[in-house]
Amino acid sequence: MKVASSFTRWFAVVLFGLLLGGAVQAQGNLEVNTPAIATLKQSMQQRHARLAPLYASGAVGLAADGSVALRDAGSVPLAQRGQVNGLIAAENADRAALYREIARANGHPEWESDVRRTFAQRWIDRAQPGWWVQKSGAWVRK
Amino acid sequence: MNAASRFLLVSALAVSVTACVTINIYFPAAAAEKAADRIIDEVWQLRDAAPDAPAAPAAADAQGETK
Repeated sequence: MKVASSFTRWFAVVLFGLLLGGAVQAQGNLEVNTPAIATLKQSMQQRHARLAPLYASGAVGLAADGSVALRDAGSVPLAQRGQVNGLIAAENADRAALYREIARANGHPEWESDVRRTFAQRWIDRAQPGWWVQKSGAWVRK
Repeated sequence: MNAASRFLLVSALAVSVTACVTINIYFPAAAAEKAADRIIDEVWQLRDAAPDAPAAPAAADAQGETK
């Protein structure tokens, strides 16, 4: 009898723990506050000051895969084209690292492509009017 | 009684272990969207740099300085 009651109590504790776990999961917050993610955000934020005019001119657009792409090379003077390509490459490297880091910070590296897809959609949805975004393969001006 | 309680123990363990695995195996799409929005806010500086209070600055902007 004594054994049974101690197990009943133990079982209740386990059930309570499961409920608690379910509640935490229901709140559903993704861990994004790691030093690596903070560094990437900072670097992207600083680069944005130089990318924003390129988004506005249509030279650079937001691609469907969560990256940025040179959309209209003709609108960039030849002398600056290398610099713009460098900006795009650096931005895409940061973005790839960001998606990877978010998946890793949450203990699921295999979520990277899901994170990328989510970001791709949100970058495009939240792009400012006049910016170019890629929708089902075609470039569209918002 | 001993066999019954052992069965209880084993089944409770089985339930908790599988629960732990299944709870986190699916990608939390809604949470990811929220996280993406927070990061996009910061990178594009769409709101005042206040990551702890994302809703407050927007509300303050809409309200202006009215008292």
